[in-house]
Amino acid sequence: MSLMDIFRKEQKSSASVAKERLRVLVAHDRLRHNGPDYLPQLERDILEVIRKYVEIGEDDVSVQLDNQGQTSILELNVTLPDRKD
Amino acid sequence: MAKIIVVTSGKGGVGKTTTSAAFASALALKGHKTVVIDFDVGLRNLDLVMGCERRVVYDFVNLIQGESTLGQTLIKDKKLDNLYVLPASQTRDKDALSHEGVEKVLNELSESFDYIVCDSPAGIEHGAQMALYFAEEAIIVTNPEVSSVRDSDRIIGILQSKSRLAEQGKAVKEHLLLTRYNPERVERGEMLSVQDVEEILAIPLLGVIPESEAVLKASNQGVPVVHDSESDAGQAYDDAVSRYLGEDRPHRFLEKQKKSFLKRVFGG
Repeated sequence: MSLMDIFRKEQKSSASVAKERLRVLVAHDRLRHNGPDYLPQLERDILEVIRKYVEIGEDDVSVQLDNQGQTSILELNVTLPDRKD
Repeated sequence: MAKIIVVTSGKGGVGKTTTSAAFASALALKGHKTVVIDFDVGLRNLDLVMGCERRVVYDFVNLIQGESTLGQTLIKDKKLDNLYVLPASQTRDKDALSHEGVEKVLNELSESFDYIVCDSPAGIEHGAQMALYFAEEAIIVTNPEVSSVRDSDRIIGILQSKSRLAEQGKAVKEHLLLTRYNPERVERGEMLSVQDVEEILAIPLLGVIPESEAVLKASNQGVPVVHDSESDAGQAYDDAVSRYLGEDRPHRFLEKQKKSFLKRVFGG
């Protein structure tokens, strides 16, 4: 093994990058196509409400809908900007 | 009653027509009376891959519109007596396929065939939806590559919501067929592995077809690749169809082929 190989090992293989990207994308696609029609609007509304108080970007809100048996769980994730204090 | 199988993928160029031709030929080779239908109206290609392009007189649209009979339209395979091809129209547009028309033809075929294999066009538009609407089983052809996997997931969603069985509250039986697989590149971390794709799509694996020179050779000659029983792809398709029919066959061609000493010395 050469010194260069040690540095190369540090990088993720392109296949695992592909897998990770797909995992996120497919979950998002499924939600958009199979989820209720109001979800995209709900996502935008939530973004607007939060923006009244904190400045956040489009990608900082993620809405996830999971089905577990009889119940559906709506999961909301908001990434707030770093605190400046 | 025939079993209706759709070969679909969403994305183009992943091997739907190659798979339809190989799958239908293998079913026929195993003794099942089979017809393979080209749903790609406007861009027909199945006839080329099956090697019967010069014998096309009437097509699927003629048949639907009552301009020809089943007997005049079906083309008998040049190698197998129990295999027929129903070619797509090259001149009409996709909307020539109507639900009622397709259903009528499928019902008629159903009376005398064991299997009806529907070769879907790429995309998720009218032609692709027609091809999958009546299916009881679906072969999802996927390459180990991001856009193909994403499109497969999309087409699985459509099968689960817009097929006739889905409308009746039942499910289309799904099978994953991973094509153009390169074990060397998977080993080097340059290609999604079978397990990666299975995990993301979450449907049962029917088979893995290795990337193979035999596939281009087969389409060059118009002889479906299962007839090349020496080739890796031919054997992999044969395994997949045997598995489909309920045989227990281990998956092959998933590991890097170790070169023999002689091959290493003399090349090959």
